[in-house]
Amino acid sequence: MTFLDYAPAPESTAILTLKPSYGLFIGGEFVAGRGSPFQTISPATEVPIAEIASANAEDVDDAVKAARLAYETTWSRLSGADRGKYLFRIARLVQERARELAVAESLDNGKPIKESRDVDIPLVAAWFFYYAGWADKIDHAGLGANPRALGVAAQVIPWNFPLLMLAWKIAPALAAGNTVVLKPAETTPLTALLFAEILQQADLPAGVVNIVTGAGSTGELLVNHPDVNKVAFTGSTAVGRAIARSTAGTGKKLTLELGGKAANIVFDDAPMEQAIEGIVNGIFFNQGHVCCAGSRLLVQENVHDEVVERLKLRLSTLRVGDPLDKNTDVGAINSRAQLNRIRELSTVGEDEGATRWSPECVLPEKGFWFAPTIFTSVSTSHRIAREEVFGPVLSILTFRTPAEAVAKANNTPYGLSAGIWSDKGSKVLGVADQLRAGVVWINCFNQFDPASPFGGYKESGYGREGGRHGLAAYLQAADTNSVATITQIKKAQSK
Amino acid sequence: MTRLAVTKTYKLYIGGKFPRSESGHVYEILDSNGAFLANAAKASRKDARDAVVAARAAVSGWSAASGYNRGQVLYRIAELLEGRRAQFISEIQHSEGVSEAAASGQVDAAIDVWVWYAGWADKYVQVAGNGNPVTGPYFNISTPEATGVVAILAPQGSSLLGLVSVIAPALVSGNTVVVVASALAPLSAISLGEVLATSDVPGGVVNVLTGLAAEIAPWLASHGDVNALDLAGGEELDWIELQQLAAETLKRVRPPEPGIAAPTIERITFFTETKTVWHPKAMI
Repeated sequence: MTFLDYAPAPESTAILTLKPSYGLFIGGEFVAGRGSPFQTISPATEVPIAEIASANAEDVDDAVKAARLAYETTWSRLSGADRGKYLFRIARLVQERARELAVAESLDNGKPIKESRDVDIPLVAAWFFYYAGWADKIDHAGLGANPRALGVAAQVIPWNFPLLMLAWKIAPALAAGNTVVLKPAETTPLTALLFAEILQQADLPAGVVNIVTGAGSTGELLVNHPDVNKVAFTGSTAVGRAIARSTAGTGKKLTLELGGKAANIVFDDAPMEQAIEGIVNGIFFNQGHVCCAGSRLLVQENVHDEVVERLKLRLSTLRVGDPLDKNTDVGAINSRAQLNRIRELSTVGEDEGATRWSPECVLPEKGFWFAPTIFTSVSTSHRIAREEVFGPVLSILTFRTPAEAVAKANNTPYGLSAGIWSDKGSKVLGVADQLRAGVVWINCFNQFDPASPFGGYKESGYGREGGRHGLAAYLQAADTNSVATITQIKKAQSK
Repeated sequence: MTRLAVTKTYKLYIGGKFPRSESGHVYEILDSNGAFLANAAKASRKDARDAVVAARAAVSGWSAASGYNRGQVLYRIAELLEGRRAQFISEIQHSEGVSEAAASGQVDAAIDVWVWYAGWADKYVQVAGNGNPVTGPYFNISTPEATGVVAILAPQGSSLLGLVSVIAPALVSGNTVVVVASALAPLSAISLGEVLATSDVPGGVVNVLTGLAAEIAPWLASHGDVNALDLAGGEELDWIELQQLAAETLKRVRPPEPGIAAPTIERITFFTETKTVWHPKAMI
């Protein structure tokens, strides 16, 4: 037995009391869905967890109607202070039930319990707490005095941070005075449904938050519903593009948080221990299922060999396995479809001439697993350097000068995030200035805070979530009609 | 047979403890009909100085806490106040001679003010701070931070809401407070101290003195370890003299504000210092 061999330390699932099946959450109650129900499974074992309802067009319509009714009769009439009080209650309930939510998240998503317990759920509570305080301060959102809510927000979230993405969406929307219909991802609906129970405990007025589960088609019905005023989507660039197309001319205000292919730039004067940890955290956190993951490592040529060697050493110590084990560093891939995508792109990487390496690790037989993988000798034209893998796969490229690092970093249609590692302040700030990315982490990576705006340049989407900017995304200025529809414009032209 | 009530001893609140006045002096607190309610400690110069020592010692911890943490701690005070509504309503009714509805309204408003200010703790920096578009290749950002120890004269008229409206904003950014309660109606201030003592607010962050502001204020105004002076409830005092005393150590001084201070972000930023950080950016 070496220091790397740990006895299993599984987190108990006894804290979870799940129902065998879950309906849709519409108008404050769980109701049956009219689409075909589906199973949500644990990606670590492929064992079904619960049966989930699927919302069809009528269900989505009911949910939007419930949100509209709640907006008009309740939520828009409450004072900001009272909206805030509900959000504070939600934040406190999330804190109280944090462990239960963490276990459910790891079970349904496959992420390590230490991440769901120490990162996801604490941030969920923080997000609600932060935006709770904004609810009675919207005059300070940056849009002038007396800004107005937009109305009903349609929100579609991904499977990589299920409850955290829910918090990012719902907390600012409610603080600003909107009501919500949210669709969780098909493979990770569980914590959203537990959250619906929390809303009942908080006594949130019926219809203020509605949750409709289902596949992509449910999301499509939701964002294209004629009675929603705001669409917020986090997910792939392909779907984001489709939403931008379908909402054009409808007057719906749109926030898109899409894919990324972040450059993580390591200079030869970087604090190396810290940088190695940051590189590992940047790409292997959450199995690399992170839109802002540092998936392109740009290493200054003279330290390339040293960095690769140290990375390999560090990767050999990562423990891959049971997400509920408290020692696990890398959990399960979220779905078979995603696993296939990661396998396919990795094969392409080899075929195109890059060198593939993974540490020796025994993967469980059942479930979806992919060993941490790095590619060296990658060139900028390789697909693994251009396309988002969304898995534990790192592509390593080199550069010689800061200008070359900047050129390579920006050589992507994406622009969500970037990392810079160097102990020289003027250099990192100079490089940060040149990067076309919405979040730049200097000597750190994957830092998140409700007070800090997050979102991308270019095809990584538009709009920001977090901070004052994230609040403003759910408001309109009192004296402008920023939500212009084709009908409104035609009317104005005919006058 | 009616039960004989156990009456409460009201003391000072300094450094998380409840000492009597070092002077041994008390003064009578009367209700609105002139009947005896309680003896309040009459804080001396020594008590004021002890309070400043406690407040100074608490600055480093409180101001170093994250905005999120301070926000949660302040919010928890509102939670506890909610549970003690009956006590505060009764105290306000007796000492101010107002109806139960009016007292209840004051307690509601005081709780809501706490919640409003609590929410600012992790936000005011983003609203009051900014990146500065300087000419030249420099990263340049200005952020506000706590000024240190704030001495406050609480409004005389409103025993709980008036007090909360001046304490809470000073605490948001990480300042610690020495507050002189309303001389005529100090009971709520001491009861608030009891709430603070059982909340998550570290001892010394809020210190409550009862007694005569006219006696205590000059010592606070001239104290070298006090950074700012809020004369909110000092309109009846010779406050210009207090301001002149404060000038010796260049304290930030806020003039009297008759009535109840309205909740504003300006009350938060008044007790902050702006720090601007420059760093060169390489030309690449």
